[in-house]
Amino acid sequence: MVASTSKYKYIVCDPELCIGCQLCEYICSYTKTGEFNSYRSRIRTVRVDEVLITAVACRTCENAPCVIACPRDALSQDQETGIIRIDPTKCDGCAWCIEACEFGAITINHQTKLAEFCNQCEDIEEGPQCVLICPKDALEYTTPDQRAQRTRRKLIESSLGFPQKAKDPR
Amino acid sequence: MYGYSGKILHIDLNERKHWVEEKPEKWYKLYIGGVSMASRLCWENIEVGCDPYGPGNPICFANGIFSGTPVPVGGKYGLASKSPLTGFIGDSLSGSWFSVALKRARWDGVVIHGQSPNWIYIVIDDERVEFLPADKLLGLGTYETEEKIREIFGDDQLRSATIGPAGENMVRFANVTNDGRQAGRTGHGAVWASKKLKAVSVRGTYGVTVADPETLLKMSFDITEVAQGPYTEKYRLYGTSTNVLNANKHGFLPTRNFQEGTFEFAELVSGEYLDEHHKVKVIACAQCPIACEQMSIVKYGPYAGSMSGVEYESLQAVSSNCGISDMAAAIRMVEIADSCGMDTMSMGVSVSFAMECYEKGVLAKEDFKCKKYPEGFEANFGNGEAGVTLAEMIRDVEGIGALLAEGTRIASETLDKERNAETYKWSMNIKGLECPGYDARSLKTFAMGLAVGVRGGCHNRSAAYDPDIQGETNRFTVDETRGEVAARAEEYAAVYDTLPLCKFIRRCFTGKADRAGAWPSIAKLINATTGWNYDYDDVELIGVRAHTIKKAFNIREGWQPKDDDIPYRWKHEPMTKGVGAGHVVTDEELEYMKQLYYQAKGWTEDGMLPKQLLIDLGMEDVAEEVGV
Repeated sequence: MVASTSKYKYIVCDPELCIGCQLCEYICSYTKTGEFNSYRSRIRTVRVDEVLITAVACRTCENAPCVIACPRDALSQDQETGIIRIDPTKCDGCAWCIEACEFGAITINHQTKLAEFCNQCEDIEEGPQCVLICPKDALEYTTPDQRAQRTRRKLIESSLGFPQKAKDPR
Repeated sequence: MYGYSGKILHIDLNERKHWVEEKPEKWYKLYIGGVSMASRLCWENIEVGCDPYGPGNPICFANGIFSGTPVPVGGKYGLASKSPLTGFIGDSLSGSWFSVALKRARWDGVVIHGQSPNWIYIVIDDERVEFLPADKLLGLGTYETEEKIREIFGDDQLRSATIGPAGENMVRFANVTNDGRQAGRTGHGAVWASKKLKAVSVRGTYGVTVADPETLLKMSFDITEVAQGPYTEKYRLYGTSTNVLNANKHGFLPTRNFQEGTFEFAELVSGEYLDEHHKVKVIACAQCPIACEQMSIVKYGPYAGSMSGVEYESLQAVSSNCGISDMAAAIRMVEIADSCGMDTMSMGVSVSFAMECYEKGVLAKEDFKCKKYPEGFEANFGNGEAGVTLAEMIRDVEGIGALLAEGTRIASETLDKERNAETYKWSMNIKGLECPGYDARSLKTFAMGLAVGVRGGCHNRSAAYDPDIQGETNRFTVDETRGEVAARAEEYAAVYDTLPLCKFIRRCFTGKADRAGAWPSIAKLINATTGWNYDYDDVELIGVRAHTIKKAFNIREGWQPKDDDIPYRWKHEPMTKGVGAGHVVTDEELEYMKQLYYQAKGWTEDGMLPKQLLIDLGMEDVAEEVGV
């Protein structure tokens, strides 16, 4: 699988936990458009067969290929957050960014014909709404470093079976 | 109008044309959606007395009120036609994205009339309707058909309801599948095949808006959170199949074609066993935060690689009910049924019927000749390979499979006539629909609930097993309360089937599953969606009307009080083992309870609908046709 090169935060889905309910799409489209419509969601679930299910949103790649690919310089990347920003006066929906994206995380809005990206609900204090609603905690708002740290902790917990200290030593 | 578009799409397969019918808000307030609206559409559009396989039998879809919104477990639709199994109303529910797509295409319902001369499929692309040749789809399984259509149109969000090879072969209990879920019972697949309709595909691109999104979201968030707690734990961890051991303990687990209520190998076909040895992953329907479907795989042996989502009803029908203790064979049988589009429950009971015919000498080894076993095979109870092969033969209508594919009622009548046998004694159906996974001899309220059931042997519509099992009633006796109990149980279930909301959410509103616990929250959800002003009593009436329109449909199709009956076995042959041993439901007991039930419903002594009752429910036009 292609790995994200991001140093920024992004929304990631654990396919082991994702049940494919699409509640993330409902809340995303509502947050962005005021309507419930998967076609307008910036996070998309994908189901390859009955059990291969996950959800994908912008991975905030470093040196984002979509930005590089855009022939009209309509895209730029926020250096603080990695969020991809779009200049609607320049974007003409040519979809080169979609072809450049390794994750299929970009869509073209059918009505405006502009590309749409996950912006991690940066204008909402509680953060990404999809992460909040996900009933199985399959979605996480995180960075690759944090994921690696967690994996290392899990590894030691599961494979090294030392006797465990009582949870609360007091 | 929020929550609805106000439009029903009519499609005529003969003329290959379509038209739009606009419905007033008043009509939606009466019938809401799901099974109620689907049954009402069927009532309005059927040619009365028609052959279920004829052009006069319409296919009626009705969407759910909460489809396409984040209301948990609200992504469901109802499907109704006259059932080829029962000759009465065939109303089914299915979950998932098909209903959401339909909502986003802005259709509250779809009615398909007539018959096509060639195999076709229909694509509803927002307001456009296309008729396309289905040659390339014929023979494909249910999921393959969906994927193929998505491939043709290049859109992952195109959703299809399809029939599989069993449907194409007119297996009488074939069903309709979408997104891995089924409108499972009463034989919709065969009705579709009679119209040469392989699939209905929908793409909806419009957004869904509701009257009060803030309230709806707040409630949805809260319910979603509660649904991760203890009230749904059973469904999340093991799915419905955890009921096997419960049913066995309580002595009503159908065993060897309902001869007994306990199975000595129940552990081997339990949800717990499935979880330990076969589980791959749990998955959910559209907008469902529970995720009860336990996808299970066979890892080795002759059925290695078989995978299916195994539910209690499917599992008991093909395992204990056939005496089969081999979970791998059970998973394979469910896989055959699901991938080829037939009802696992009716299939399982048809297989067990054949097995009993074999053991009682009505059918012999040579009756089971097929391509796989040219000499025939021993179709004894417990023979997993026999079960799998019979499922394949039913799917292919091959050899004896062609007879079994007609369902147990016709199969039994045919055998009794041709072979001078008495197979009616073990033909386990009610009104022609095979019995569900509860042996009702020792669940007496439920026995009557099934007998009077408008769609035949169905636990989902009756729901009267619950008071019997929970001990609210004495399950071994009858008394004067039973009419009331059964009537209220089925109206309670009808509310959920009409909205529709999956019943697994029923405890998540306030912790209590009863009316007081759920109706106020459901009323709030309806109001936030539609902007109406529904209260407790309005919610209650949703269920009453849903049930009444189906009953009216049956009366108009020729229902008689004698149709409200239970199988011979439950009246005459007591079980010998378990807590239910020694019990039967006698004719007198059944008749007594039926009378109580008709009274509790406010019907006449012979189960007819009084005019005034229909008028009070706002169903004047129905009163005129069938009211007495």
